[in-house]
Amino acid sequence: MNGRAMQREGSAFSGLGVVMLKELSDHLTSVRMRVLEWLVVLVALAALYGAIQQIKDTTAEDPFLFLRLFTTSRDPLPSFVAFLSFLVPLMAIGLGFDSVNGEHNRRTLSRILSQPIYRDALLFGKFLAGLMTLSISLVTLWLLVIGLGLLLIGIPPGGEEIARSFVFLLVTIVYAGVWLALALLFSIVFRSAATAALVTLGLWLLVTFIWPVLAGAFAQMIIPPDPRYMALGLQTPGTAELEQILARLSPSTLYAEVVVALLDPTTRALGPIYLSQLQGAVLGAPLPLGASVLIAWPQIVGMVATAIVLFVIGYVIFQRQEVRA
Amino acid sequence: MSQDAVIEANGLTKNYGSTVAVDHISFTVGRGEIFGLLGPNGAGKTTTILMLLGLTDISEGEVSVLGFNPAREPLSVKRRVGYLPDTVGFYDNLTAADNLRYTARLIGFRFAEREKRIAEALERVGLSDSAEKRVDTFSRGMRQRLGLAEILMKGAQIAILDEPTSGLDPHATTELLGIIRGFKAEGVSVLLSSHLLERVQSVCDRVALFSAGRIALMGSVPDLGRQILGGGYVVDIEADGAGLAERLALIPGVSGVEKTGIGKLRLSADRDVRPEAAAEVVAMHGRLKFLGVQEPSLEAIYTRYFEAKSEETVNERARDAA
Repeated sequence: MNGRAMQREGSAFSGLGVVMLKELSDHLTSVRMRVLEWLVVLVALAALYGAIQQIKDTTAEDPFLFLRLFTTSRDPLPSFVAFLSFLVPLMAIGLGFDSVNGEHNRRTLSRILSQPIYRDALLFGKFLAGLMTLSISLVTLWLLVIGLGLLLIGIPPGGEEIARSFVFLLVTIVYAGVWLALALLFSIVFRSAATAALVTLGLWLLVTFIWPVLAGAFAQMIIPPDPRYMALGLQTPGTAELEQILARLSPSTLYAEVVVALLDPTTRALGPIYLSQLQGAVLGAPLPLGASVLIAWPQIVGMVATAIVLFVIGYVIFQRQEVRA
Repeated sequence: MSQDAVIEANGLTKNYGSTVAVDHISFTVGRGEIFGLLGPNGAGKTTTILMLLGLTDISEGEVSVLGFNPAREPLSVKRRVGYLPDTVGFYDNLTAADNLRYTARLIGFRFAEREKRIAEALERVGLSDSAEKRVDTFSRGMRQRLGLAEILMKGAQIAILDEPTSGLDPHATTELLGIIRGFKAEGVSVLLSSHLLERVQSVCDRVALFSAGRIALMGSVPDLGRQILGGGYVVDIEADGAGLAERLALIPGVSGVEKTGIGKLRLSADRDVRPEAAAEVVAMHGRLKFLGVQEPSLEAIYTRYFEAKSEETVNERARDAA
């Protein structure tokens, strides 16, 4: 009896599938989702068009021509990847910012929670539905890019290129999951959906655009640059390392680094390298996919961990929250 | 009583930090009984309900719902208990039937059973015609009825209704109370909370009057009337005839006669003296225009009780000061 008393009755996941399907259908039929999808598709097309023009102009013998589709930019448009790293958080926040407080405000929360399900099922269901919606959009987008690339460049991509861009797709979904978890967290913390949306967007701006600048400033404050290096026009190693450590606190930095490693096969390291480490390296030679993933592995794990931690914080708060309005 | 009790609460307490929302309350609700939790807003009614459903932690005390502990076995409790929250909300973008379908899936009903139960429930509350309408077109009364349909569909053994009639017009209220009586007829126990005493008086078998987190009074309305209003019946009579008042005063059991208007008299008695009073009027060849007995009203009980209470506290304070 004592052992049982500590344990909850039944499964924490009963009702999970029902909640997920309902949320998914809500997402897919919502006006909000349609707007976001069109935004993403149009922006992606614009970026792709620019990239293809650029590739046509400067076509050289590039073994990874197809991957250039994602990373090449032509003024004034940024590259497809740059667009994506900007829009994916926006989409995730758009889907998640009112998921829990919306139930509160519609006064449906206590009615739903009085059905034989646990709160776990509701929260998991909402998160998974959001992630699936984002995955569906991103997979569609990915197929669209590959298809257009085939049509417009006329050179079929190699297996390696497809594999690389597929891993890139998976990582993008993980990145979306980070922002979805953050939006979900704030939708639990703030009763007003508008406040939750603003705070999430504010944090996204801070982390993505302001933090990289601040990281440099903080690093220089904590470890002042060595004048001997400055005289040579070099970065002080200590300062540079600290700056990178600080910058990597932002999931946007992590994502950008993973993208570089995956879509540019010649990337050998993500960070400062000493000359001694380059001994014997053939500069400019591409790495195999496995090696590229290995380089980016800490960043990928970091993003997954961030998403999990954010979700768990939200989960704990939600479990302790009063349901009454 | 205890064998047939569906809800048993014993010393139930809820603290929010240092404030006590519900303070050691005990009550039982019998099978097929309509039990009213009455009292002003903020007296702890909703908190009590949430504790019964396992939707908020219990700080102290014990509660058993259909033999289950809501804190340890919430799923068993929630499978058998239907809940209509205060100002219930539905998904506005879905139809009435789709809203119920979502709930039915959460409960775990299979497709065929689901559709049958939903159709029956909507029929019972008179929403069959609106089943395929989106809920955002619904009036407040319709939403409340949809909430009751959800409880019917669930096949709940206990219906817990939080302020079911607040904000409804008289017609909608009457309809709703009719449906609630229907629950009782089917052997479903009903626990309802309200701050509208008069409305609720007509349906409740027993009531508990809440005040600042405690149950101040509990029992059936006539019992409470006798207890608080000093017992007895009040019979109003309107008739003409000289010396009627004197003759009525002689009826055994009548303790007082009061003139309330021209030809109007009010009798205080320890039993229902209407037959004797009528006989007296007839014997005098008077014309009887009105004869009625006053039911004790909850409003009066409540007001009287708290008047007495506040006098007591004033006296106590005076004593303390002295």
